[in-house]
Amino acid sequence: MTTNVIGKPLPRVDGRAKVTGVARYAADFNQPGQACAVIVGATVGLGRVTGIDTGPVEKMPGVIAVITHRNAPRLPYAPHKSYIDPATGERLHVLQDDHVRFYGQPVAVVVADTIEQAERGAAALHISYTPERPIIDPADAQALPVVPEAGKQPDARLPADTARGSADSALADAPMRVDEIYEIARENHNPMEPHATVAAWNGNRLTLWSKSQFVVNEQAEVAAVFGLPSENVQVICPFIGGAFGTTLRTWPHVTLAAMAARQVARPVKLVLTRKQMFFMTGHRPRTLQRMALGATVDGKLTCIVHEGTGETSRYEEFMEALTSVTTFLYSTPNVRTRYRLLPLDIGTPNHMRGPGEASGVFALECAVDELSYKLGMDPIDLRRRNEPAIDEGENRPFSSRSLMKCYDLAAERFGWSRRSPEPRSMRDGRLLVGMGVASASYPAFHAPASARARLLADGTAEVEVAASDMGPGTYTSMTQVAAETLGLPVERVCFSLGRSDYPPAPSHGGSWTMASVGSAVRAACLAVQKEAGKHPQSGRPIEAIASSQRDPDAAARFSMHAFGAVFAEVAVDPDVGTIRLRRAVGAYGIGRVVNPRLARSQCIGGMVGGMGMALMERTVLDSRDGRPVNAHMADYLLPVNLDIPQLEAHFVEELDPHVNALGVKGLGEIALVGMAPAIANAIFHATGKRVRASPIRIEDVLTV
Amino acid sequence: MKSEKPFSDDAVQIEQNCGGLSRRAILLTVGGVAALAAAPTAQSISERPPTASTGRVRLVVNGKPHELDLDPRRSLLDVLRETLDLTGTKKGCNQGACGACTVLLNDRRVVSCLTLAAMHDGAQIRTIEGLEANGELHPLQTAFVEHDGLQCGFCTPGQIMSGIGCIAEGHAGTPDEIRFWMSGNICRCGAYPGIVAAVADAAKRA
Ligand code: FES
Ligand code: FES
Repeated sequence: MTTNVIGKPLPRVDGRAKVTGVARYAADFNQPGQACAVIVGATVGLGRVTGIDTGPVEKMPGVIAVITHRNAPRLPYAPHKSYIDPATGERLHVLQDDHVRFYGQPVAVVVADTIEQAERGAAALHISYTPERPIIDPADAQALPVVPEAGKQPDARLPADTARGSADSALADAPMRVDEIYEIARENHNPMEPHATVAAWNGNRLTLWSKSQFVVNEQAEVAAVFGLPSENVQVICPFIGGAFGTTLRTWPHVTLAAMAARQVARPVKLVLTRKQMFFMTGHRPRTLQRMALGATVDGKLTCIVHEGTGETSRYEEFMEALTSVTTFLYSTPNVRTRYRLLPLDIGTPNHMRGPGEASGVFALECAVDELSYKLGMDPIDLRRRNEPAIDEGENRPFSSRSLMKCYDLAAERFGWSRRSPEPRSMRDGRLLVGMGVASASYPAFHAPASARARLLADGTAEVEVAASDMGPGTYTSMTQVAAETLGLPVERVCFSLGRSDYPPAPSHGGSWTMASVGSAVRAACLAVQKEAGKHPQSGRPIEAIASSQRDPDAAARFSMHAFGAVFAEVAVDPDVGTIRLRRAVGAYGIGRVVNPRLARSQCIGGMVGGMGMALMERTVLDSRDGRPVNAHMADYLLPVNLDIPQLEAHFVEELDPHVNALGVKGLGEIALVGMAPAIANAIFHATGKRVRASPIRIEDVLTV
Repeated sequence: MKSEKPFSDDAVQIEQNCGGLSRRAILLTVGGVAALAAAPTAQSISERPPTASTGRVRLVVNGKPHELDLDPRRSLLDVLRETLDLTGTKKGCNQGACGACTVLLNDRRVVSCLTLAAMHDGAQIRTIEGLEANGELHPLQTAFVEHDGLQCGFCTPGQIMSGIGCIAEGHAGTPDEIRFWMSGNICRCGAYPGIVAAVADAAKRA
């Protein structure tokens, strides 16, 4: 029996909880007798803590404890690394020594009865340092790039160097050439919900109501830090107020919350301030990329050279897929990529929506656009001309690739034919109007996951996975998968997530939740049905756990990616340089769409994020001490309602039987990738001015 | 022109551009002025010892009267969330810059994180928890679900309270007007088109 609920644009099953304030996020889990903790961060960018005057603060009303490296327990910090932690280096051991590695690093925690008392105590705590000169600016002569350790292995997922053919000599010989430097600013995720943890001990068992995109890893990480058996730690996170990658890792504040709760023998709530989220919980690393394209006069790419460097901390090597897409987006015999890291005195960066791809594709797609103007060729025609039949980097066929279909669909919806090719040739009154396009791509990952399904005597079903929902609609889409597999109406299925004692799921990132968790949900539902067949009319609940992973045969045979085409129109005021996005259309080939209503929202959200990347977002560090000077929601510019015009997201029909049983490729990241270069290219079309750094600001186009 | 240096960093320049005053100093100055204007006297602030002296404040929250002993530093947001455990109202920035904490105070929308509860003795407060009537959602709540004006849902209580204010003020006549008057509520998930559609829809029904 099937109810055909996969593919239906159902409203969110958790919509009512969210519009009534019933949905509870980490900081909403107030516990009886709870105390409040506030972190004090270092005010130097590098050095040693030489003195902490805890006495006066300890005497302040309501203050229960001031924890510093001097009185903090020495924690076991057993080795633990998940795949979302940098492969090389060691995590920050918080309050374990006097060393300050970056501005804002936690150096003390004040615990008090109320938030006001803890904040007052934290503000009054006097700390002295022996500062050293940190290296913050990548242009600093002492900032030296390194080859990422994990990229050296021949089978590395993110290889430091790749080459096919001889790209450099092909570049030297190429009749047409683009060879430019592109710079992507440091960005902060800035989800609306600040990181928060409520920690409560019961003997040597610890419960954490904690914002996490990976509850089973948070459990394992905290257990390792405190030297506890994993089962003694329970992480609960039913709702996430946006995250975009920032809570994939478990950051030191979670440890601090647990440490404080143990110290004061009370439950403790610790919420990061907005300012602290600019240096304590990762960021999209600044990158500098050289992108060089060689082509024949009729627009056939002869080579690509892509050399990228991303910043990282001094204690961990954070890597992202900066150069990956370059190896397969176009057909060309000669490609060389190089990826390096620049260790600086900053906190470790981490994955931010479209990690690596968003930055790498910006450079690639702006360079291709530049080439199209040099050739006098329509940028879509240029891409069509170089559309590969297979993944030439891996020399394997794509499981499916609908990029050109995406261009066709989006071009028609956008009205690309109305564009006049010359830069500065389109106007609306005084305003310069420009249209630009860019391709988007992101891998169709699939990680092992498991799920539990239970059929109850009343004809309803319960499904549980330690998955997360930071906003895409995991609750809804998994309910649809379960309902369809079980042949039940959605109202009879209850899907639960966000507890570490549920069957394990992979991290909620990398656009793989639908594929991984969805396949596990389907497998568990099939298993429980089989079980039910064995015991008809038992009258008792029937339960089954099942796991799923990608078919290794398919994984070996195919290259699996989602593709998309993004079109943007901007208007630039030639006198004052203001840039406005007027409209954008994206079309995506992402396999099967489980819920078009939610998928559309997710895509539009990604486009809004890409618009922020293109025109607004940039965390500026004071190069003297690494202090973010715009660590405020009003100073870190990001799109508000008035910045966002009509945005359209479309999906091309794409059947991919190879990626997984559901035929889904995932959508979270690709929705952002492509938007920023499309806007940059539209700005060039409007103004004739090529800006190769994000964000593109008024001053960049003011001289047009 | 961008500097030739890779990763040009113009933080220092920003500070210089502020006429010798650091940006931080300017913010502190502005903040100080605001505090003085709001307080009874400047002296009473500086001389008050940092104790947790409490004051009695009466608030009517969602129709229910409360008489509370409050730390005078406590924001209305923390009164709702921490004192009354009404956690539907969210703290997104505590800086008055995101709108997640928007509630109606005597029918006007305010950011409750920058509103000291002690200054609003006797006020009527309406929060997201007070919108449902007899199990029926408020039309704007329904519209948010129908138009998918949310993803993670964290900004949503603030958006809805702000949307109610926006409609009541007569600022929901056109989509552009809604965009303008709803721009104090950031949605990092980027659900803006759905938010505008929801407010427009509810405004029509109102
Ligand atoms: S929490 Fe009040 S405006 Fe952000
Ligand atoms: S729905 Fe996530 S911030 Fe608005």
